[in-house]
Amino acid sequence: MRRRVGPDQQAVPWPLGVPAAVAVLFLLVPLLGLVVRAPWRGLHRIVVESQVVDALRLSLLCASAATLISLVLGVPLAWVLARARLRGIGLLRALVTLPLVLPPVVGGVALLLAFGRVGLVGQYLHGWFGITLPFTTPGVIVAETFVAMPFLVVTVEGAFRAADRGYEEAAATLGASRMTVFRRVTLPLIGPSLVAGSVLCWARALGEFGATITFAGNFPGRTQTVPIAVYLALEQDPEAAIALSLVLLAVSVAVLVGLRDRWFSVGGAP
Amino acid sequence: MHRTTRIVAVLALTTSVLAGCGGSSGGSRATKPTSSLSPSADKLAGTVNVFAAASLQEAFKALGKQFQAAHPRTKLVFNFGPSSGLATQISQGAPADVFASASAKNMDSVVKARAATDATPFVKNVLEIAVPPANPGRITALDDLARSGVKVAVCQAQVPCGAVAAKVFRNAKITVRPATQEVDVKAVLAKVKLGEVDAGLVYVTDVLGAGAKVTGIPIPADVNASTSYPIATLTKAPNKAVAQAFTDYVLSAEGSAVLTAAGFQKP
Amino acid sequence: MTGPEVLDVAGSLDRGTFRLDVALRVEPGEVLGVLGPNGAGKTSLLRAVAGLTRLSSGYISLGGLVLDDAEARTFLPPEDRPVGLVFQSYLLFPHLSVLDNVAFAARSHGVRRGPARTHASEWLERLGLASFADRKPHELSGGQAQRVALARTLAAEPRLLLLDEPLSALDARIRLDVRTELRRHLHQFGGPVLIVTHDALEAMVLADRLLVLEDGRVVQQGTPAEVARRPATQYVASLVGLNLYPGTLARHEATVGDVVTLDAGGAVTVRSQPGGADRVLVAIRPSAVAVHTRRPDHASPRNVWAGTVASLEQLADRVRAQVDGVPPALVDLTPAAVAELGLHPGREVWLSVKATEIDVYPETAAV
Repeated sequence: MRRRVGPDQQAVPWPLGVPAAVAVLFLLVPLLGLVVRAPWRGLHRIVVESQVVDALRLSLLCASAATLISLVLGVPLAWVLARARLRGIGLLRALVTLPLVLPPVVGGVALLLAFGRVGLVGQYLHGWFGITLPFTTPGVIVAETFVAMPFLVVTVEGAFRAADRGYEEAAATLGASRMTVFRRVTLPLIGPSLVAGSVLCWARALGEFGATITFAGNFPGRTQTVPIAVYLALEQDPEAAIALSLVLLAVSVAVLVGLRDRWFSVGGAP
Repeated sequence: MHRTTRIVAVLALTTSVLAGCGGSSGGSRATKPTSSLSPSADKLAGTVNVFAAASLQEAFKALGKQFQAAHPRTKLVFNFGPSSGLATQISQGAPADVFASASAKNMDSVVKARAATDATPFVKNVLEIAVPPANPGRITALDDLARSGVKVAVCQAQVPCGAVAAKVFRNAKITVRPATQEVDVKAVLAKVKLGEVDAGLVYVTDVLGAGAKVTGIPIPADVNASTSYPIATLTKAPNKAVAQAFTDYVLSAEGSAVLTAAGFQKP
Repeated sequence: MTGPEVLDVAGSLDRGTFRLDVALRVEPGEVLGVLGPNGAGKTSLLRAVAGLTRLSSGYISLGGLVLDDAEARTFLPPEDRPVGLVFQSYLLFPHLSVLDNVAFAARSHGVRRGPARTHASEWLERLGLASFADRKPHELSGGQAQRVALARTLAAEPRLLLLDEPLSALDARIRLDVRTELRRHLHQFGGPVLIVTHDALEAMVLADRLLVLEDGRVVQQGTPAEVARRPATQYVASLVGLNLYPGTLARHEATVGDVVTLDAGGAVTVRSQPGGADRVLVAIRPSAVAVHTRRPDHASPRNVWAGTVASLEQLADRVRAQVDGVPPALVDLTPAAVAELGLHPGREVWLSVKATEIDVYPETAAV
């Protein structure tokens, strides 16, 4: 729902206005720095010559795949967390949302110990199926999913909680099975939250660095996503790093603006 | 217990990845390094920041301990990482007093940025193949790294160990497709220790420092390549006296002995 | 619809401190109105019949189909019951058009979109809603939404229809129209209908028979006329606007009638009662009570008592006075009479009722 502005717009009291202005500056000046210091003349050359295109393609692919996996696994998890009356569900919620507060690098270490070639699960993946995740593109997706999925789960779980159960009951009395109710009533009802959660998840995956470089290493075209490329380029060729950052910034802004027009303006209210 | 060492190894790796940089600080003109330990050593006091190549970690920590024992009122803060990354941080104004690089190239960029005037080579280092003790890839020689299916970790090309590795492969006329190009040599070593790769190309000093956690497979001298380590007291060093004293200590016979014991070669 | 089927409920539902205990039967084509105050268990009853709540004991059956049998552990989930429920707040799916809301049941049963929509259109046509087919629920008025909700439920072709406070969400000014139309649809429906309401008029107009629930128990059943004339509880009496006094038939006086000692204090003389019940209910219409400023000497002295006007309330064409006394009473007067008598809160008055205006019936007979 659009926020209504009252007829008598109040002046912002300064104890709120001043910190708010500082916050705006704090958030925008670094972005301004990127734009101002960007090597605009050489930008085309840098973008073409460096591994920007490869890294960007990989970043978009992996972030999208991670979001997809998060949707497939995370939405049912959110439903269970919101609806299942099981003992210890609170503890479960705390555990699965832990990556929200865990430093991503620690997440990467944990992933290595679990899914690495000699990890808890990884040794069997490797021994039985010949699958190794570290240093591969699927490894990047795993790392990004690990870090980003909780964002989706938390958002969607809240929506499941807030959703009016009456609609689901109404659907049941009309003869809809539980799965039909979920598919045709519950999911559409939480649609805006689903989109918001996916965007959050995707954005988090796109920016993922710590868990990715720890778990999936760095190899151009295979595991080197834009954030890693930016970090490494900064040591060698700061101009290329700025160019890469600009590209990522542009992509993020484009996605947010595109989604904002379609979804965010309608907000959560159906 | 085995797992614990793995975690420690990876955490060490991540620390080096995430090593930050600070703001700039004022300083004064560089002075010529004095040639030996100052007799007025007791007057040395204060903190100095030493930025050093990741491969120097064990040796410099040992040197630091001895230096601080000799000068109790000094405190050395080390920032170990990829030489290229450290060089960039210094050029961007990070508050460093001493820089020890794993290659002349990265030192040159610091000199070019006028953060240092001159540097002195103090050691040389050559590469060795590190494999996990179980040697899952059954590596016996350099040629094995080119086999398909063998997972190899090397340093990324812009850090010295990566550049030297490329040179070694060129000398041996083999094509190696690495699984990953890690940020610095310690990250390569960590992946070997964890058993995530079959082999990693690291310095002989790293194999020595890792003890039983990795097995070293020497590279024949005719194809091996070396890198020279220069050290410099930085022009904007906030604590130039102590900084210079430490640089001198590294260059001294005593320092040289510690470095040689760690596997480094004379320059 | 598959032949006439009787709804049979005899069961109970435990909800912590609240317990619903009900037995009822609804014939095909019959509309049973369930009347009761908030919290009486009306909605719980509907939910149990719809399958949204399980009985704690007892059973619910529709014709030969057992919907719930707590002892036999038989429970048909709501989606498998041939039961339609119109919710109090309608619960039209906000993301679907009116047409797709009405087509929802068919779609849920695997009918393809095209045929389901055709079927839905027919129902919209039948309820005069064809022009709203493409609207979203939030674009409907309250009355329209109520009709769409009814259409959606009827389109599922249930064999039993349940309505939960169908008109409570509507403005008073359109309630009359919607009620008239709803009455028509309910009587066209062939199966049993259960309609829950706390509005007496709604229940009287829509239902063939009433069942009054209070605190989870059935306190009265009967036709609307019976319930209106002889309410069994104070709640029902207040709904239908009667003074109701439980009392004990004290003595028989052949010449004047029987005397009833009221629980609320005082006594009234009534016409001689057949039967020998001791406990009785005394019902007096507010318009049957006369108000005097002085003690009347012409009336029978027995049904005269003093009181104080507690409040005056203007109703449509009359004034309702609440008079504190032994017993207290509601009295209906014309505005002219109020002026003539100079009534105001705090005024001492005398009340009188003719014995012939008093309805007396056994306390148990009403249930």
